[in-house]
Amino acid sequence: MKIHEYQAKDLFAEAGIPVPPGEVATTPVEAFEIAERINRPVMVKSQVHVGGRGKAGGVKYAENPEAAKVLAANILGMDIKGLKVQKVLVTAAEDIISESYVGIVLDRASKKPVFMVSPAGGVDIEEVAAKTPEKIFKLEIDPVRGLQPYQARNLAYKLYRDINQVRQCASILMKLYEVFWKVDASLVEINPLITNPSSQVVAIDAKVNIDDNALYRQKDVEALRDLDAENPAEIAARDGDLSYVPLDGHIGCMVNGAGLAMATMDLVKRYGGDPANFLDIGGSSNPQKVVTALNIITSDTKVRSILINIFGGITRCDDVAKGIVTALEELKPTIPIVVRLTGTNADQAKKILAKYKLPHENTLDDVVKKAIEMARVEI
Amino acid sequence: MSIFINKKTKLIVQGITGRDGSFHAEQIKAYGTNVVGGVTPGKGGTNVAGIPVFNTVEEAVKKTKANTSVIYVPPPFAVDAIFEAVAAGIKLVICITEGIPANDMMKVYPYVKEMGARLIGPNCPGLISVDQAKVGIMPGTIVKKGGVGVVSRSGTLTYEAIWALTEAGMGQTTCIGIGGDQVIGTNFIDCLEAFENDKSTKSIVMIGEIGGSDEEDAAKYIKKYVTKPVVSFIAGQTAPPGKRMGHAGAIISGGSGTAEDKIKALNKAGVPVAGSPTEIPMYLKELIQKAKENKKGTKNKKKSSKKSKVVSIKKTATKIKSTRKMVAKGKKKTAVKKRK
Repeated sequence: MKIHEYQAKDLFAEAGIPVPPGEVATTPVEAFEIAERINRPVMVKSQVHVGGRGKAGGVKYAENPEAAKVLAANILGMDIKGLKVQKVLVTAAEDIISESYVGIVLDRASKKPVFMVSPAGGVDIEEVAAKTPEKIFKLEIDPVRGLQPYQARNLAYKLYRDINQVRQCASILMKLYEVFWKVDASLVEINPLITNPSSQVVAIDAKVNIDDNALYRQKDVEALRDLDAENPAEIAARDGDLSYVPLDGHIGCMVNGAGLAMATMDLVKRYGGDPANFLDIGGSSNPQKVVTALNIITSDTKVRSILINIFGGITRCDDVAKGIVTALEELKPTIPIVVRLTGTNADQAKKILAKYKLPHENTLDDVVKKAIEMARVEI
Repeated sequence: MSIFINKKTKLIVQGITGRDGSFHAEQIKAYGTNVVGGVTPGKGGTNVAGIPVFNTVEEAVKKTKANTSVIYVPPPFAVDAIFEAVAAGIKLVICITEGIPANDMMKVYPYVKEMGARLIGPNCPGLISVDQAKVGIMPGTIVKKGGVGVVSRSGTLTYEAIWALTEAGMGQTTCIGIGGDQVIGTNFIDCLEAFENDKSTKSIVMIGEIGGSDEEDAAKYIKKYVTKPVVSFIAGQTAPPGKRMGHAGAIISGGSGTAEDKIKALNKAGVPVAGSPTEIPMYLKELIQKAKENKKGTKNKKKSSKKSKVVSIKKTATKIKSTRKMVAKGKKKTAVKKRK
């Protein structure tokens, strides 16, 4: 789960990491009032779940409250990579002497959290990694023993020479590591971590991603979820306990199992079609899930045919068939559907579906080809 | 023969009284696996389908001499169940549970290592050693005894591949799902090593997906150490970056973990990557045929040149390398033709 910069900064401030004062605004007037309270030049920063906000014109400098109001009016409602800006963070502008990058990610290979720091901050860290990998320093942390102060100091020395700044930075790194564990983050990042003319080290940006698997015990963090910033279909899918990712194509897919769902999408592409989505109904055989899934797919106006691919193991094909029947009765979809049900109880499933005369294919490749063919007819 | 589980497996089921645990305990037993007990705190003394239930793993191990455990415990308690099994001396723990926080897995993994145990999963379908033992949730009906070892990060996609093999008359030794999470106990290399050392396994199918670099690492390992034919399939070629595709581990982040990179690495190691799971048997048959021809060639050479062992070994090594390259090139050509 992603949270906004202003929410991440609140978490940092709570942990004692220095961040500039700021508040979030949803209207230009609010932005004006916040800038007045801050009483010095501010940055007006769009709050959307996407990188490259600055380049897209979603981050601007305002000399005074009046300017902040005008900029907020421009930025609010702006489209950044397909996402509409609904909120802006109005925060004190800092004079920047140097910019660094610090972050913690879960490293899958070592099964440990890894610190990454770089004196080349303020730019896309992936770019730094690709062009000048020697400017990135990494340190694996023992997840049981935790980050030791000397390790934090060693990392800080990679960024600063001034001992006062090294100390400030080491303290920030210790606190950042605490945040990583406290909120069950999969990523925490400060880019850039700056020094200002009074030699203070300050986090002027913040990024925190939360491990979805840990949300059951992170109720406070889950409450930060911004439903306005998400696709309504994705929200419906999550509420229905489905994995769903919308795509640009026209063939709606409903599959059991994440790997098979991906493979089905890949085959759609391979045989000349374009998948409209990734959708995994999971391992259970709950017919209601099938109804929710078909509702989401048929709500996508791009979809011209629907492909249902079920390999029954634990999932029973007859349960899926019952769900399909309920969905057909409730939703009365006009989009053509092709099914492939194989494995556990596939014969019963075929009997249940018989009177609906849905085309049925026996193999993965054939069901994909059929779905593409049906989508073409629909044009 | 097989890897990790066999006729000597003595299994306990942790969470045996739950909905999933009780259902699968019966299925596992019906397959012929030696299920010696189950564990649910507070339910000791009862039984599930004739399987005795104990309060603790320690007690279960003492009474039954169990050597393997399978976990069907909900995410908030699953890590504790792994700790408990390993502490009780279980050397093989298979964790089926989906949805365990990665931070918890990072903390339990060092303990598993320290105790010399093996963890498979979490978020995995488990494994089947054909006609010997099944542990987990894979349907026992789709496998057939034979010489192919199957390893995968996925569940149903694995069934699809196994079914294609079975339909093509290519049976399996062991089929194993290592799990779709970011932090997993057993990776591709562990399984490749075990299959390479297992005499009855003659060839290997490896099914990967986007996210992480396990496939790239496996490719390097195969090039260096695996002599048996390997065919792969990689899911997620059309997945957009930055989105979690169902599995917690199936995500392209920061431009790394793409299917393209994985396929490139595997091809470089001489491993053909099938365009569809249903084409895996075809690729495997071709590769096995080529390996046989290659073997014959090597034998003839050995007979003719008895001068120096070192030389012949070197020659064989280069020969294997060059045929790998040829195979990779040949595969590409057939793949292109297929697409037309």
